[in-house]
Amino acid sequence: MMDLLRFITAGSVDDGKSTLIGRLLYDSKSIMVDQLEAIERQTKNREEGEIDLALLTDGLRAEREQGITIDVAYKYFSTPKRKFIIADAPGHIQYTRNMITGASNANLIIILVDARHGVVEQTRRHSIIASLLKIPHVVVAINKMDLVANSQDVFNNIVIEYANVAKALDLKDVTYIPISALNGDNIVDRSVNMDWFEGNCLLEHLETVHVENDINLTDARFSVQYVIRPQTVELHDYRGYAGKINSGIYAKGDSITVLPAGLTSRIKSVEIGGDEVAEAFAPQSVVLQIEDDIDISRGDVIVKSDNLSPVEQELEVLVCWMDNKPLVPGNKYFFQINSRVVRSVVKEIEYRLDVNTLQKDYHPSQAVLNDIIKAKIKTASPVPYDSYKKIQVNGSAILIDETSHVTVGACMIQ
Amino acid sequence: MSKYHLDYLGQLESESIHIMREVAGQFERPALLFSGGKDSITLVHLALKAFRPGKIPFPLVHIDTGHNFQEALDFRDELAEHVDAKLIVRKVEDTIKLKRLTEQKGKFASRNQLQTYTLLDTIEEFEFDACIGGARRDEEKARAKERIFSVRDEFGQWDPKLQRPELWNTYNGKIHKGANVRVFPISNWTELDVWNYIRREKIGLPSIYFAHDREVLEHEGQLVAISPFIRLDDGDKISTKKVRYRTVGDMTCTAAVESGASTIDDIIKEIIATRTSERGETRIDDRVSEAAMEDRKKNGYF
Repeated sequence: MMDLLRFITAGSVDDGKSTLIGRLLYDSKSIMVDQLEAIERQTKNREEGEIDLALLTDGLRAEREQGITIDVAYKYFSTPKRKFIIADAPGHIQYTRNMITGASNANLIIILVDARHGVVEQTRRHSIIASLLKIPHVVVAINKMDLVANSQDVFNNIVIEYANVAKALDLKDVTYIPISALNGDNIVDRSVNMDWFEGNCLLEHLETVHVENDINLTDARFSVQYVIRPQTVELHDYRGYAGKINSGIYAKGDSITVLPAGLTSRIKSVEIGGDEVAEAFAPQSVVLQIEDDIDISRGDVIVKSDNLSPVEQELEVLVCWMDNKPLVPGNKYFFQINSRVVRSVVKEIEYRLDVNTLQKDYHPSQAVLNDIIKAKIKTASPVPYDSYKKIQVNGSAILIDETSHVTVGACMIQ
Repeated sequence: MSKYHLDYLGQLESESIHIMREVAGQFERPALLFSGGKDSITLVHLALKAFRPGKIPFPLVHIDTGHNFQEALDFRDELAEHVDAKLIVRKVEDTIKLKRLTEQKGKFASRNQLQTYTLLDTIEEFEFDACIGGARRDEEKARAKERIFSVRDEFGQWDPKLQRPELWNTYNGKIHKGANVRVFPISNWTELDVWNYIRREKIGLPSIYFAHDREVLEHEGQLVAISPFIRLDDGDKISTKKVRYRTVGDMTCTAAVESGASTIDDIIKEIIATRTSERGETRIDDRVSEAAMEDRKKNGYF
């Protein structure tokens, strides 16, 4: 069965990130002839020499003019084993919010390390972000091995150095691969220049990394998006609750509790695309019918009665601040968790996290663009949730500015 | 592999249905922009699956340039009737007359850019606050950067530098009155994904997607259908070829490809083997400049 892997590449142009993506796309035949020709034309327009594969990912005029990646671009390729979605995000510190955006849906992160420089500040920052967002799989791609004579010692030393970082950040499933993106070594094919390396090449690893367990199938959470009421003669009393199963498995007959109200009932039927099924699981989009006629509306969370989620009004959250206007304690925002939107106020900023060193700066007066802070948020009404660590999909939320309506913060509930 | 694991098409489908339902849940007056092409036909199929046993809770809106393939128009009418959806058609021709717009001149004079006027007028007329479209990020590099919920101001303009961050599967559809959101549920699908899904779900398509004989003009390597909408000059090379369409847009700006593919399986084989992108092979309108799509989007285009 062909499945799906979403990954993010972290690094800057200097690390060979664009070259790596270009190589994956090119060698998997996902770049088309006319797209290559367009890149050649642009390269000539800009009076430069060689074909610049970065032009493939830099989609906006401003990016091409300035020669930098500003925003997240999504790229797609597939092999007979998997479809891949790449979030290509800029790596510099002033684009932390873009990286977090790209990382929020990723199963895997590729952290690029320049073999000549080893673990540097940027490597630590990207690893910290991977750890905050709980990306389940990490690949440390040690690039430019050709520039260090494909030395096994250099590779081993970086592995030892990074293992300390990974341990400190509690990163699980870290895989190290020595590569040369420029020459294609250990990307799609195993390198003949590094025969000492016994692991899989990058593409093989991406094709086989085990992602099934990334989804929690134990704790059932279902957020109601929309109530289906056909109100026709045949379906006069039909009420179906449409939503996506965020985690767990739902079956006919299950005892359920509707949160935050706490009303209980049983599942009358589980339907997919209009057809009844025996059971359904995350991340399927389904419709649930409930035995009793109880009040359920958009934003409510249906859980199993033997496995309730917490319901609170005061939440401790890690926030990545994404707006030019600073966040000051006392500010009010809309708080959106899945399909539930409530008003909220930021009570207190406990600390600001230095994303390069993990050091905590306690009780700062405000948070500015790209800051990551720990804060206390109070919501206007009780919110069902889980910790981000336990169930990512039910522990992530956004803050929305009440007047501009812009998304200004990314929250991970602790 | 566990029975609780979705394949890639199942995951894409579930994501798209989730997005459709967010639109229905968050907006008061949404609409589905229907072009008659395979991507918008796929959207209709996804919308049906999202809201069964209910009906699709928004109308299908077609901005008719007057340069459409008859086969696509017939298919549109049959589909809307079959799925019992409300169909709203607004004609570019009427906007041209009403607003005295200047039409492009030349051999393949296209109404592609004028569509934007009719689209914005239609959004205003019905006060649509969300418009669902079938654009995909693999189509074009400006689209690769666009959000799934893409906010447009009251002039319909897209500002690529002021896009809202879009995290996890949380979609922020809050807007000011007069603004609207363009929503792209199949952003993460590729051309091949769409075809594989069409095969899996047995979705019907207009006949022009399959190989047929057609009188075409060969122009700069592209095959343009002979129609009253293009200008023929002396020396034009016209011939009848076995062709099919890889994308369906206007007759003036969509080119055919030579093909003998008469089934979905044949088409999928062809697409796997091709080394040219969908838009590159068939879209005359993208060749204006390297930022042609970005510029049109900034002006309110789909």
